[in-house]
Amino acid sequence: MAAVQETVEQVRRVGADQYKYGFVTDIESDLAPKGLSEEIVRFISAKKNEPEWMLEWRLEAYRRWLTMTEPKWARVDYPAIDYQDLYYYAAPKSKAGPKSLDEVDPELLRTYEKLGIPLHEREILAGVERPEGEERPRVAVDAVFDSVSVATTFKEELKKVGVIFCPISEALREHPELVRKYLGTVVPASDNYFATLNSAVFSDGSFVYIPPGVRCPMELSTYFRINEKNTGQFERTLIIADKGSYVSYLEGCTAPKRDENQLHAAVVELVTLDDAEIKYSTVQNWYPGDENGKGGIYNFVTKRGDCRGANSKISWTQVETGSAITWKYPSCVLRGDNSRGEFYSIAISNGRQQVDSGTKMIHLGKGTSSRIISKGISAGHSSNAYRGLVSAHRKAEGARNFTNCDSLLIGDACSAHTIPYIEAKNPSCVFEHEATTSKISEDVLFYCMQRGLSQEDATALVVNGFVRDVLQQLPMEFAVEAQKLISVSLEGSVG
Amino acid sequence: MTALLEIRDLKAEIAGKQILNGYDLTVKAGEVHAIMGPNGSGKSTLSYVLSGRPGYKITEGQALLAGADLSQMSVDERAAAGLFLAFQYPLEVPGVATMTFLRAALNAQRKKRGEEEMSSPDLIKRVKELAKILDMDMEMLRRPVNVGFSGGEKKRAETLQMMLLEPKLCILDETDSGLDIDALKVVSNGVNQLRSKDRGIVVITHYQRLLDYITPDVVHVQSAGRIVRTGGKELALELEETGYARYQSEAA
Repeated sequence: MAAVQETVEQVRRVGADQYKYGFVTDIESDLAPKGLSEEIVRFISAKKNEPEWMLEWRLEAYRRWLTMTEPKWARVDYPAIDYQDLYYYAAPKSKAGPKSLDEVDPELLRTYEKLGIPLHEREILAGVERPEGEERPRVAVDAVFDSVSVATTFKEELKKVGVIFCPISEALREHPELVRKYLGTVVPASDNYFATLNSAVFSDGSFVYIPPGVRCPMELSTYFRINEKNTGQFERTLIIADKGSYVSYLEGCTAPKRDENQLHAAVVELVTLDDAEIKYSTVQNWYPGDENGKGGIYNFVTKRGDCRGANSKISWTQVETGSAITWKYPSCVLRGDNSRGEFYSIAISNGRQQVDSGTKMIHLGKGTSSRIISKGISAGHSSNAYRGLVSAHRKAEGARNFTNCDSLLIGDACSAHTIPYIEAKNPSCVFEHEATTSKISEDVLFYCMQRGLSQEDATALVVNGFVRDVLQQLPMEFAVEAQKLISVSLEGSVG
Repeated sequence: MTALLEIRDLKAEIAGKQILNGYDLTVKAGEVHAIMGPNGSGKSTLSYVLSGRPGYKITEGQALLAGADLSQMSVDERAAAGLFLAFQYPLEVPGVATMTFLRAALNAQRKKRGEEEMSSPDLIKRVKELAKILDMDMEMLRRPVNVGFSGGEKKRAETLQMMLLEPKLCILDETDSGLDIDALKVVSNGVNQLRSKDRGIVVITHYQRLLDYITPDVVHVQSAGRIVRTGGKELALELEETGYARYQSEAA
């Protein structure tokens, strides 16, 4: 959060009136009616001045989506979603969130306090709307997302080495050939119900291109992305690491973010060419709903990386603590010979949260290897499932996988499930799978408490020990924040 | 003057089974008491009741630490009030470096007592001093708490925690079990350094051996959930000769 704070200050100094990417204001004045139709898809595409091929791509996805049905195989349970009752473009202000912090779930505010989030940022995160014209912090943070300071500092530095980092809508205008070449090649528009919906109506997201041989000079964070409001709902991210390049990308934020849009269906596509590497880290802490699970975010996201080139590598690291429902399987297609995929995950569920998450490692090339370390922690009345697929194609000579899935249960009203699928079509591959499920040990808690730790601190300490292998994979600053977040997420889970 | 530990007619049970049957014990600051007794006499139960382990329930009587009723305090409050239990079988805490654990414990106690937290440089300095006394490698303190430690290493680590936390009342539950003679000397040396006029130490042991190194002021014999005999340090030697058989029949 410190980085945001700094940026806010910087933007203040620059002056919000210098803000030149006026796109957001345009959107806010536009009202698209509720519901989904070809018209809406055309409207979105037109608003973004997209090329004709993009519109066709969206329409094709839309028509495809009409023929599909919502998947039901996940261990999650939620009321039917009325897709005609949703806004697909820049939700109008009139229906927007609470008018002041007084109207926000007090639990959420307590969490902000615990995480040490500055007061003026809490309003933005909680989605508080203030009347037009009133001086308010939102201007500054809108400016963060539209990020004048990024334009002036980080963007210059990235430009020097040829890195492209911009909203995907901008990339469609400035670098259409790159987008067209790669968009939908990892997650096809017809991939699955939610990905197809995203393909038809995606609002915006990030585009990253790292040229051959370039090691991106900084960690790219969504915080420093030029972006408009309300991109969260149907976000689309495309990252391409060209031959021999490297990039580390951070997504999300430890602060629980409230959003008026309950349904989120993002798509993330990663491509690595020969000898390239992408490290993608996520901290997801969307609003999980109140104590009865009301009002929480439904997160149906498709994340997939394609190790297209030989010796390339994609690594997913995720810390999932938020959302009412999480349906998420960041995967790697190990196409290039000797390519490597990694998945490190911490998924914490508390209260009434439902998590069905895991990964897929698809071994296609020779000598490919993958590693899965998944740590699930269930508390309260939550349900937490790991679902994973490790498969080897006939040609995947010598493929190797190591999987370790550990589940920790806190209390006796929660559940944990491990659902691994293993398919090996080549006799030379070696797949290892280890899994444990354990209840947090009363004896260990007693031991810690005998040394002076409160029950909650003792629980947090034990849990942090449990997830240490994964925390170590996160960039340093992110790891420190994540550790704090884990303690806060488990509050009220014991006793 | 208020006794450091005052146990009056204490009765306690676990899972409905009464283990302590009218226990009386007074430990004054500055004293070292040894509690000896046969297996199954409830020696460990006493340590768990005093420290507040879940499942151990006081049904009658009182246990006071410096005048405060222990039954009204949570486990961590008892710890912050100065009660330390050196476990017979110290628990492993995977993934948590020993140093991290020490810092968390010390500062949690200090915070509860309204004291300043100890800074990291001060903590590391102090832990280094203690590790030297206990003949421990600092490398061990980077490893997760008790994970992969030998029996001797666990007891050393336990003693190091006790020395760092500087409790008012130390309860050592069978600290000598699983120790070879060299480790026994080192650990005893650490415990002896904790002897002070402000501190009470209760050594629970089955064998007299430990008492060759930690000389008690008072020796008690426990049988069937209460103290059946009290004497000076020579009582321990007598027990070594005669065994516990007569106390078992006395209690029965």
